[in-house]
Amino acid sequence: MKILVCISNVPDTTTKITFTDNNTQFNTNGVQFILNPYDEIALSRAIELTEGSGGSITVINVGEVNTEATIRKALAIGAADAVRINAKPHDAWFVAYQIAQYVKSNPFDLILTGRESIDYNGSKIAGMLGELLDLPSVSIIKKLDIDGTQATVEREIEGGKEVLTIPLPFVAGTAEGVAEPKIPNMRGIMSARTKPLTVVEPADVKLSSEVISYETPAPRGQVKLIPADDAAKLIELLHTEAKVI
Amino acid sequence: MPVLIYAENTGGKFKKSIFEAVSYARAIADKNNTTLTAISIGNVSNDELSSLGKYGANKVLNVSGDKLKNFVNQAYASIIAEAAKKESADIVVLSNTFSGRGLAPRLGVKLEAGVADGAVALPNQDGGKFTVKKTAFSGKAFATVELTSTNKVIALIPNSYKVVETGGTAQVEDFSIETKESDFRAMLKEIVRSTDKISLPDAELVVSAGRGLKGPENWGMIEELANLLGAATACSKPVSDAGWRPHSEHVGQTGIAISPNLYIAIGISGAIQHLAGVSSSKVIVVINKDAEAPFFKVADYGIVGDAFEVVPKLIAAVKELKA
Repeated sequence: MKILVCISNVPDTTTKITFTDNNTQFNTNGVQFILNPYDEIALSRAIELTEGSGGSITVINVGEVNTEATIRKALAIGAADAVRINAKPHDAWFVAYQIAQYVKSNPFDLILTGRESIDYNGSKIAGMLGELLDLPSVSIIKKLDIDGTQATVEREIEGGKEVLTIPLPFVAGTAEGVAEPKIPNMRGIMSARTKPLTVVEPADVKLSSEVISYETPAPRGQVKLIPADDAAKLIELLHTEAKVI
Repeated sequence: MPVLIYAENTGGKFKKSIFEAVSYARAIADKNNTTLTAISIGNVSNDELSSLGKYGANKVLNVSGDKLKNFVNQAYASIIAEAAKKESADIVVLSNTFSGRGLAPRLGVKLEAGVADGAVALPNQDGGKFTVKKTAFSGKAFATVELTSTNKVIALIPNSYKVVETGGTAQVEDFSIETKESDFRAMLKEIVRSTDKISLPDAELVVSAGRGLKGPENWGMIEELANLLGAATACSKPVSDAGWRPHSEHVGQTGIAISPNLYIAIGISGAIQHLAGVSSSKVIVVINKDAEAPFFKVADYGIVGDAFEVVPKLIAAVKELKA
């Protein structure tokens, strides 16, 4: 089984988000970039699925040369090879289009992405790839099992889940629960350096969106503290002042 | 050109998040001096369908049939795209639900439309540009995105736009459409939905707890407080990682982002990753025994105290209020 895992390079979860150039650019100064946590789950499940069955995993990233550290991390965790499409990931449509172009000439049995990247949170890549490749797609899955050419997935819905069966190939976005993130071991880290990383130039595509500016949430006022022995006062304030209960 | 809103049903009924999205789409239609068409897929009663008129839909296209009774991502996306073409709609609005997030990207490709997912406000159309404010960096920021394509798809975050009753009526039309067999490759086997609990993404009130609770056996009082308030329960990442609570309750940067009217955080210190997922809550209450907990800095109300002493007092106070 050949699995493609789409990965993105995102600011570490502890990053304090700030902007520059009159709030038009994300301030990357001093920011540590990591493998998107949801993509790490996708990759970890892909490794479990191919263990013992002789399958292979390719990771693909749309990014400039600075994403290679993250790509090597994915190789260290256990992907066999990597593809980097050499372009700034303009938006989800641009990224999905580039990956679809690659997959059209290099087919896979299964394509996994994280449910969303933790920077732009679009959860669009899985659906866009599905549409571009005429494959079924499931955006947010919590469980993924494969038996021969048929997969069983659990999709998250409000207040519950749906269980679906889908024939391979298809595209899915993985969430927590699909696998525990794998940590690279020393052998993985050593071998990652020499695993193949192919750089592909991007295809031309008409863009459909543009980030104009950013802002951070408006700060809240001073917290109103209520003494612990007068906790009932809180309920009163929520009822009469905040009017939320 | 009219605006199209996809009115997702849950077991044949529309939820509040759909009325919000219809109200939102109505406001866009008004701004552009046009009409609003809703499309519903599945088995929904005529009364329920025409109720969308109350929120500003002029017409409701109804697609039903056994095969389409339950959500099928690919088939639903094909139908909504066909409806958009039939109506010559250039703006398609959805609610940013789990299903909406599956549909929006497919629609974007089908309609060659820019997609603004996670929208939190009405589009700004000043100066010939069409921009939408959306969440970014997992709740740590917002981005204003310009959609430069002719067609546009917008997915509105639940609880970010108020329901507006216009008091209108909608005419319901059956819309029949050929579906492709290949759109039904994914097959639904089972739906598991807890009916006795309020689902977290839909909840207006949320009671959440963290490691300060010391163990899963202490969640009884959290659930009791939530039940009394009519709130959903949530938790922090360490709690779901430890298996004390299910992953579906984990709010934060790598869990789900919510924007309820009230978020009560009990025994959660307020790590930046957690705050990201709850920062758009309207009112935040923090209960923590550590007065230095970072969560107090972003809270509206706070109690510095031991959860095991404070929560029972809150339960008693809510009981009294409801009595």
